[in-house]
Amino acid sequence: MDDLMLNQFLLLGAVLFCIGVYGVLARRNAVMVLMSIELILNAVNINLITFGAQHGDIAGQVFALFVIAVAAAEVGVGLAIVLIIYRNRHSVDLNDVDAMKG
Amino acid sequence: MLENAWIIPLIPAASFLLILFFGKRLPRKGSEIGVAAVGLAFVLALVVNVQWFHHVDNAGERSGHSEEATDDGWFAYAPNTNVAVTSDGHELTRAELLELTNKVEPASEGEHESVAPVTKDWTWFENGDKDINIGMLIDGPAVMMLFVVTLVSLLVHVYSTDYVAGDPRYTHFFAFLSLFTASMLGLIMAKSTLQLIVMWELVGVCSFVLIGHWWEEKPNSDAAVKAFITNRVGDIGLLCGVTILYWSAGQTFDILEINTLAVNGGISSTALTVAAFALLAAVMSKSGQFILHTWLPDAMAGPTPVSALIHAATMVVAGIFMVGRLYGVFFQGFDIGISTVNALAIVGGITVLGGAGLAFVQNDIKKVLAYSTVSQLGYMVMALGVGAWTAAFFHLFTHAFFKACLFLGSGSVSHAVHSFDMKKDMGGLKKWMPQTFWTFMIATAALIGIIPLAGFWSKDEILAGASQLGGDGNYTIFMVVGLIGAFMTAAYMTRCVYLTFFGEYRGHGHPHESGPRITVPLWILAGLALIAGAANIPAWFPGQGSWELRFEHFYEPKGAYFPSALASFEVPEFDPKIAIISTIIGLSSIGLAYLYYWKDRGPHGATERYRIANAGYTVLANKYYFDRLYTDGIVAGVKGPVARAAYWINQNVLDGVVNGAATVAAATGRFVYNRIDQGVVDTIVDGSGSAAEGGGQVLRQLTSGKVQQYGALLFGATAIFAGVLIFVV
Repeated sequence: MDDLMLNQFLLLGAVLFCIGVYGVLARRNAVMVLMSIELILNAVNINLITFGAQHGDIAGQVFALFVIAVAAAEVGVGLAIVLIIYRNRHSVDLNDVDAMKG
Repeated sequence: MLENAWIIPLIPAASFLLILFFGKRLPRKGSEIGVAAVGLAFVLALVVNVQWFHHVDNAGERSGHSEEATDDGWFAYAPNTNVAVTSDGHELTRAELLELTNKVEPASEGEHESVAPVTKDWTWFENGDKDINIGMLIDGPAVMMLFVVTLVSLLVHVYSTDYVAGDPRYTHFFAFLSLFTASMLGLIMAKSTLQLIVMWELVGVCSFVLIGHWWEEKPNSDAAVKAFITNRVGDIGLLCGVTILYWSAGQTFDILEINTLAVNGGISSTALTVAAFALLAAVMSKSGQFILHTWLPDAMAGPTPVSALIHAATMVVAGIFMVGRLYGVFFQGFDIGISTVNALAIVGGITVLGGAGLAFVQNDIKKVLAYSTVSQLGYMVMALGVGAWTAAFFHLFTHAFFKACLFLGSGSVSHAVHSFDMKKDMGGLKKWMPQTFWTFMIATAALIGIIPLAGFWSKDEILAGASQLGGDGNYTIFMVVGLIGAFMTAAYMTRCVYLTFFGEYRGHGHPHESGPRITVPLWILAGLALIAGAANIPAWFPGQGSWELRFEHFYEPKGAYFPSALASFEVPEFDPKIAIISTIIGLSSIGLAYLYYWKDRGPHGATERYRIANAGYTVLANKYYFDRLYTDGIVAGVKGPVARAAYWINQNVLDGVVNGAATVAAATGRFVYNRIDQGVVDTIVDGSGSAAEGGGQVLRQLTSGKVQQYGALLFGATAIFAGVLIFVV
């Protein structure tokens, strides 16, 4: 893989990451936040695979697989939390969830 | 199948996991998995037994072939020097000794040709360059125990499906029955002492769980804790013994190697003696020998099938089996072959009499049987102590059947009358429960040792062993102990049968016979109690052809790792005199008990009239004050003085120091308070307080409780640090 290709993939990863960060910080809907977190994780996956291909090392892909598995678990737990919040407060707006306010 | 016998313990182990995870969803709440798994294990154990018989019978031919190759290097045993020497006189090195493990002895000694055990090794873990192995060791005793454990466990499983039906923790109960069986099977196949310890502890844990099965009631959970703690005392001995053997045998846990080295003088006799004493402690706790027997009767708090399993096949015979397994160590450590008295035999002898004595004063039918087990285990340990290995294991074999039958029978009785109290709630049950009655009678007769039932043959072999084996003076005294024990056994069992099945019914309602899932196991065990003695019919009886001493032929280990391969060791022969004497003693004891209970003759009310009889009764009723000794003597003895000493130190030393220090401190304190504290410190404290409050007010704005604001701070901080990393560093 030449450097030009490498840059393109890394750029894709960076763009995806930024979109994800924006979503996490700006969206008010908890489900959208969870989706944005998925974007961040997948940006990381792209980076892992890209560098793995660059070094000719399978470990990158292995890690990516792990990240996918962990992301699946994480989204499962996250959605469950969101569901319970909705049942209790009839809203998934993150601005309503400020019980930790100091 | 012999090579793959390691599968057998894995089956109930898998069943444990299956029941635990899926048991509750099955139509029979998991019991079907347990019964099926143990049934399969039993069938495989039968296969292993048959193949082992072939293996033993073919061993003679194989040793015939190798005779030329081995007869120049064989060694003579010199009991006095404890050192193995070859025929040309040089001492064997460790490596040469270990070769003996697998060497086949020439068949010149007839009965004593060696039979190679079937083994398998896997590396468990590596530590440095040292491989720690686990493995499978299949030889005579292991094969025999496979049969006994799987059979008794299968019957107990079937019995339990009825006995604990409707229990809230039914599934849980079957799961642990399976694990109990699996760990015992693992123990009897253990190839290394380390594996032995692991399985030994697993057996202990399972017994703890099952004894405390009904833990909602305090006495039950107390009994479970007591069983566990008492066993810990002995387990320390096991750990010490195994450690000593590990170092003295040249860093090995392998049982075959340790035994070979011990038997042939590869380990110093001091190390062997110390190790044997340490291991003896483990046997005393596990197998309920005096003075660590106190947990066993309390363990009756568990469900009756568990008691049967503990007393017949699993828990308590683990200790006996361990002695038989490491017999080379005990044999040399206690000089069993040449001494006239040794610790193993003494412990056994005391237990025979002590346990039997306690069985007289119990009103709880299960406790009578528990003390009877203690006493019978004493017989086994005593037999091992006098060198009668085969007799001990034969007694273990027969005892498993009739004791399991007795326990399951007592469970059947209690199922009907909802109590274990013989004096209050039983009596006259012969009429109501004929099947339980007859099986109980057969098992009782076997326990007493009536010819030709199982117990007669095994007990007689122990007595013959005690009178014939040993060094200069023989172990004659232990034969006398055994005869007295036989007398007491007959008497207390007659009392137990009388109180339970004869006379007038003293309970409430109408007792009824138990269902087939209870009576069928009873009949199978009673049948075995009838015929199991035939497994080792002595050669003295004419006309039984090739059936003589089959048990000894197939199950006694033969090889360099077992002391009886030595020329100096002899097998006890059947002695008709002893047999007749013990039978007369047993029958006369039954006769006396008959007169006392049925015909109302003899010194009734002696405990009220004679002070000495009353004193004896009090001692027995208080279980020789052992429990009192442990709680008041040892526990309180340690607790009391330590507490008093701590109190004294507290009052005098510490208080003095504290008071003195306090006076000084008070004076200093006043000065410090007036000058420094009020003046300097307060200002600082007040200042820092208001500073903190101000800072808090500012920071408070940050903790808005809004997750996204936190997230923004996090990302912002990360971005700043990343910038620093890239541009500055």
